[in-house]
Amino acid sequence: MQEILQYVVSGLTIGAIYAVIAVGFSMLFNSTELINFAQGEFVMLGAMGLVTLWGVFHIPLVLALLLTVAGVSVIGFLFERLAIRTVRNPHPIVLIIITVGASIFFRGLSMLIWGKDAYSLPPFTDTPPLDVFGAKLLSQSIWILCISLVLVAGLYFFYKKTLTGKAMQACAINKKAACLTGIPAERMVLLAFILSAAMGAVAGVIISPITMCSYDMGTMLGLKGFCAAMLGGLGSLWGSLIGGFLLGVLESLGVGLFTSGVKDAIAFIILLLILYFRPGGIISAKSVRRF
Amino acid sequence: MAIAPHRIIYLIFPSIIILAGLFVQNSYYLQVLTFIGINTLLALGLNLLMGYAGQISLGHAAFYGIGAYTTAVLTVHYGLSPWAALPCALAVSALVALIVGFPTLKLTGYYLGMGTLGFGMIVHIVFREWSDLTGGASGFIGIPPLDLGPISFSSGRNYFYLVWAIVMMCLVVSNRLINSRVGRALRSIHDSEIAAGAMGINTMSLKIRVFVLSAVFSALAGFLYAHFVMFISPGSFDFLVSIRIVTMVVIGGMASIWGALFGATLLTLLPEWLHAFSEFEMVVYGLILMVVMILLPQGLTRGVLDIYEKSKTRNR
Repeated sequence: MQEILQYVVSGLTIGAIYAVIAVGFSMLFNSTELINFAQGEFVMLGAMGLVTLWGVFHIPLVLALLLTVAGVSVIGFLFERLAIRTVRNPHPIVLIIITVGASIFFRGLSMLIWGKDAYSLPPFTDTPPLDVFGAKLLSQSIWILCISLVLVAGLYFFYKKTLTGKAMQACAINKKAACLTGIPAERMVLLAFILSAAMGAVAGVIISPITMCSYDMGTMLGLKGFCAAMLGGLGSLWGSLIGGFLLGVLESLGVGLFTSGVKDAIAFIILLLILYFRPGGIISAKSVRRF
Repeated sequence: MAIAPHRIIYLIFPSIIILAGLFVQNSYYLQVLTFIGINTLLALGLNLLMGYAGQISLGHAAFYGIGAYTTAVLTVHYGLSPWAALPCALAVSALVALIVGFPTLKLTGYYLGMGTLGFGMIVHIVFREWSDLTGGASGFIGIPPLDLGPISFSSGRNYFYLVWAIVMMCLVVSNRLINSRVGRALRSIHDSEIAAGAMGINTMSLKIRVFVLSAVFSALAGFLYAHFVMFISPGSFDFLVSIRIVTMVVIGGMASIWGALFGATLLTLLPEWLHAFSEFEMVVYGLILMVVMILLPQGLTRGVLDIYEKSKTRNR
């Protein structure tokens, strides 16, 4: 029982990260109907950025966090401008290959910059682990859980309360109609790209102290994030959150109760099952994929 | 006997292969040429699916690996002759494609991409984790070389001829298929699945059939790869390999049989030519994929042909 509780707690930690990545997928999908196969690389860039700024150059943590997220957002901006906006034939097959190409490009680039070594970082703060009914909750896990929950809640209010957020949502619902009401739809798409890249970067910086950071860490995390987004229903914020936590816990239990070899397979089996039987996700009753 | 002009290529192509086999003495070059042949098979198979039927697959290395591992397991663990293992490898791959194809090919666009990607990942994990059967992450050694009666294919030249004879056969089969009634139906799916359905084409059954055929091509390539290299490991069939196959198809030109040959040749030679390429391999692959898709979404051969035809009509 004690063990299972420990698995659930560590599952929630990793699940929070999947949730943040999934939110990035969902936001972009809402505004552009596009699935960015390079989303995981933004996570990797976030983690590697923090490794460089905080771990190597010893820039104060908060500043390093902000700089990393801002830097990755700029990369997201450039990516949209250079690679997505210039496409003449936005057929899904073309966009899939472009984003896959971008993902390989980013991975190759960071291999050139950081090499093939894996880096690790200390936790954000040095507090002792918290005791939850006998299960240990690391201080970094608390950070991860808090940051991801605050982030999703913040995004929710951004969409519901601010004018920009509402405009983005209008674009997501009907781009042409949004244009008619004077919303600059192109700029909203760009904003969605930047925000989703920033989401990836946030996931990257918060995961960096609890994992080994290397140039190839992004692919698997990105795919898991996508699994989580599909699980909760692509395009839904709260769905992504629940999907992320669910996937994290299932994976953690799978590793604990079976072997660690099946860890990665669990997410993909879930992905295939969801794709085959319930493409709308477990939450949505209909195949509606909106907020 | 008169030969139709478009069939002349069937005479030229084997002649080039025979001449190449005679004149290339360097065993390294023969090895590279053999790899080009194997990659052409892979690109050809995926091209049928992606270029003609318009169904993306980001997990084709799975079928490549299934072909290679099936023959490896059967010949080493069960002592079967490779020629008896060949139909088994093709059948296993076809069966897996059939089972996976039914639910997967119902998906479209991004979902299809993700579905095939997930499938490829699962197969890769199976290769890595089922270590009793596959040797796990450290690989599978001791795959026997091929021989046919007195002819041994363990020499580079003979294997080169074997691979290219098979490539030639597959090229002819693909060409015949594409220019048949079925081929036209396939291309109609590419343009619009709904319209194709309205014209009375059973799109689902056709998509599954072409998926199975392309899996069989990949398994054939896997069989040839396993008996050529005699050592296989899960790393040879991972996600990046799937992407490499997609790149070959995309670069060569989707919906072009000879484009598959061209793309496979280019992407096999490129890393060999640039010696320091290994570090830059991923960056270059990524860039090529993006730039070609942005500028020439039809691929290099088709794109260049289009530009040529456009300039011709403009000059008139």
